[in-house]
Amino acid sequence: MRTPLIIRFYRALGPKGAAALAVFALLTLVLVPLLHLAVPKDSFFHVSDYTITLGGKIMCYAIVAVAMDLIWGYAGILSLGHGVFFALGGYAFGMYLMRQIGRDGSYQSDLPDFMVFLDWKALPWYWSGSDSFLWAVILVLVVPALLAFLFGYFAFRSRIKGVYFSIITQAMTFAAMLFFFRNETGFGGNNGFTDFKRILGYSITSPEMRVTLFALSALMLMATLALGRYLVTSRFGRVLAAVRDAESRVMFIGYNPLWYKLAIWTLSAMLCAVAGALYVPQVGIINPGEMSPANSIEIAIWVAVGGRATLIGAVIGAVIVNLAKSFFTVAFPEYWLFFLGFLFIAVTLWLPDGVVGLWKRLRRSASAEIPPSPPLSKGGDK
Amino acid sequence: MKTHYIALLIVLATLLAAPAQAALDAKAVAQLAAEDSDERIAAIWTLAEGGQPAEAMSVLQALADGSLKDAKGEDITINNRIRGELAAALASLRLFDADRGVRLAAARELQAGADARLVGVLEKAIAKEADAEIRRLLALSHAQASLQSDDPQRRLAAVQALASSDSPNTKSLLLGVLAKNGDAWAEPDAEVRRAAAAALKGVESRLGTAENIGRVFSGLSLGSILLLAALGLAITYGVMGVINMAHGEFLMIGAYATFAVQGLFRSYAPDFLDAYVLAAIPVAFIITALVGMVLERMVIRHLYGRPLETLLATWGISLMLIQAARTLFGSQNVEVANPSWMSGGVEVFAGAMLPWNRIAIVAFSVGVLALMWAILNLTRLGLFVRAVTQNRPMAGCVGVPTGRVDTLAFGIGAGIAGLGGVALSQIGNVGPDMGQGYIVDSFMVVVLGGVGQLAGAVWAALGLGVFTKFLEGWTGAVIAKIVVLVFIIVFIQKRPQGLFALKGRVVD
Repeated sequence: MRTPLIIRFYRALGPKGAAALAVFALLTLVLVPLLHLAVPKDSFFHVSDYTITLGGKIMCYAIVAVAMDLIWGYAGILSLGHGVFFALGGYAFGMYLMRQIGRDGSYQSDLPDFMVFLDWKALPWYWSGSDSFLWAVILVLVVPALLAFLFGYFAFRSRIKGVYFSIITQAMTFAAMLFFFRNETGFGGNNGFTDFKRILGYSITSPEMRVTLFALSALMLMATLALGRYLVTSRFGRVLAAVRDAESRVMFIGYNPLWYKLAIWTLSAMLCAVAGALYVPQVGIINPGEMSPANSIEIAIWVAVGGRATLIGAVIGAVIVNLAKSFFTVAFPEYWLFFLGFLFIAVTLWLPDGVVGLWKRLRRSASAEIPPSPPLSKGGDK
Repeated sequence: MKTHYIALLIVLATLLAAPAQAALDAKAVAQLAAEDSDERIAAIWTLAEGGQPAEAMSVLQALADGSLKDAKGEDITINNRIRGELAAALASLRLFDADRGVRLAAARELQAGADARLVGVLEKAIAKEADAEIRRLLALSHAQASLQSDDPQRRLAAVQALASSDSPNTKSLLLGVLAKNGDAWAEPDAEVRRAAAAALKGVESRLGTAENIGRVFSGLSLGSILLLAALGLAITYGVMGVINMAHGEFLMIGAYATFAVQGLFRSYAPDFLDAYVLAAIPVAFIITALVGMVLERMVIRHLYGRPLETLLATWGISLMLIQAARTLFGSQNVEVANPSWMSGGVEVFAGAMLPWNRIAIVAFSVGVLALMWAILNLTRLGLFVRAVTQNRPMAGCVGVPTGRVDTLAFGIGAGIAGLGGVALSQIGNVGPDMGQGYIVDSFMVVVLGGVGQLAGAVWAALGLGVFTKFLEGWTGAVIAKIVVLVFIIVFIQKRPQGLFALKGRVVD
């Protein structure tokens, strides 16, 4: 009999990892919701709406970062276009949210407001079924996965890699952004979707819904981490790492790297899409700006700041950079780009293994007994 | 014009005093104040065609300004219909003005609404007109006006006149002739319709040719810009194997350098303002080359062998450069004016106007290309650059100072991007974000054309430019961009590793 999945996940995480995950679950699934819902607003312990939304948002980003780490850290594929999968997930779920507005829009029409504004008389064919929650979930999972599969299949089959692949993914997200900016595309043009009212009939602005989405994001993040850890410690993960370090040799041994890369690439895109679908109801808007190349490349820096090929580093990086962003864009908006640009340079020059690598190095020099293992960053990106 | 408030009385007084000299039709003048609009319009045209342009003009102008009073001293008010007729009548009067500019403006004004009433005036004006451009405009208006004539012969002549016209309006006029109102033809005479159909065909083909010439040319100028952006990228990619994401920002720096030079010329040498572009060329090259070399020394050198990290680090540099431009020059676009010798254009074909600034850009990029070729093929540095591109360790073994070659090659690549910025400043907006869109485009040129061979880059840039412009004509700019990107992705399928594929044994 095969070992049950949960046991295998537990083994992959290790006792420490499992304990950390349990603490995190307790915090996000019990403590924070309680503090938000049950504690009176003026109390010191009350967790504000702003904090909940920010937390939920950052956890969505963290899922994206883990997805990015899976392909960049473990398979050596740097995508500069992951924003497109995130945004597609968001749009797919956003369609459902738009339909849930019903007749409460400013034009009191069955059609979403932007369609009334464009003088459309009926929903385009690709909007059919968008009033069903189940269909929305299917779309969130299938559409980005399909795009990733097709794109990845053609790219990996031709053995496009390195900077080549990166630039092409950037071109992809750029093209998608232009496409979604058009009004005729049928996704609200440059305003995108907004003014959501409810999910499954429940108000989207109620505290309960806010906490639910927060908890769902946390659950998804934990699931992503567990799945990621399981994958990278499995046989599959070892082959991936080998592809990253010496693709030609892997081929000479008799593996076909195409399917390994394609599998992790598509999975990564799906994780991004789910994150996007969770993100949109929390921030209340999705527009083509999410597909801008700058957004996608920022994901890479989250992972780089935290430390590649560590998974937990991706989460740490996403949290650090986004907290810094929330702080900077309010306190010194004009210096945010300087800071972000400097971060890109500083991390690549001085912190190739990120915060996690720094932490490990400090611990090592403190104990000074374990011999240093070779850094991960060498060799992968030819 | 308050002075006109007794104009009518004065005119009437003059008429009484000297009937022989100023022969404005007194009945028509009085009729201007009639109750019925039709009568007043008739009066307006009687005056306009009466043969006393100057006097008629002052009266009609006064009427248009609302300062004309009737015999009882009350304002003569006019409605919109009369106002329109008045404007046409005034314009037809101005056709006889002594000043060419006034006549030209009047001729243009009449283009919009030439109708049958104007035929007489236009014929007279054509007979008197000496200027060819105005005559052409008038002839077109005349044809347009005679189309509404009741005489089939006149309409036929008008259609034939239109057949030889280059004006884009001609097409819609002819289409109007061929239109159907329900079952009935707008044009009852079959002969005229046949002539119109033939004329339409000719006009359409000429317009099509002109449009295609224009597209090819704007494609070439887009290609030249792409080429200037891609040349530098191709060098740095070839030599160091890294993509410099801040390359677009070098374009931006070059454009801002042009802006700064223009400012200096404005304040210190306004007499030579037209030459500022020439002065900006070396300035932009040197500034961007210096910035490029500093970046290479400080950042890129330390990331040798880690191309993906270089991608991220140079992206960081580009963010900082954009923000620096915002801080220094403001986040709004700045205004860079074409020097006077670059404005206007040459008409190579009826309706196909080639603007001078684009011609200058194409010529400029040819010059830069020649310079690049010379550097790469005739100088020692060029030899080194080619050697390092082909095989870095081997070049190092035989004594090529690879480190210095890296720095210089990066400087040259950045400098050429700066030159591209000078060119771009002459046709586009200059703002902090202007370089952002160019990195993907110029990389596509590098992918298509291949590295280290100028010819490939040239073909790729020009081909991509013309292809894009033609697609834009058919599908609109956004779809064209998407199609081009998809095309390149498909292209890479056919040529894995693009045209980069190095000859020789390369194993990772």
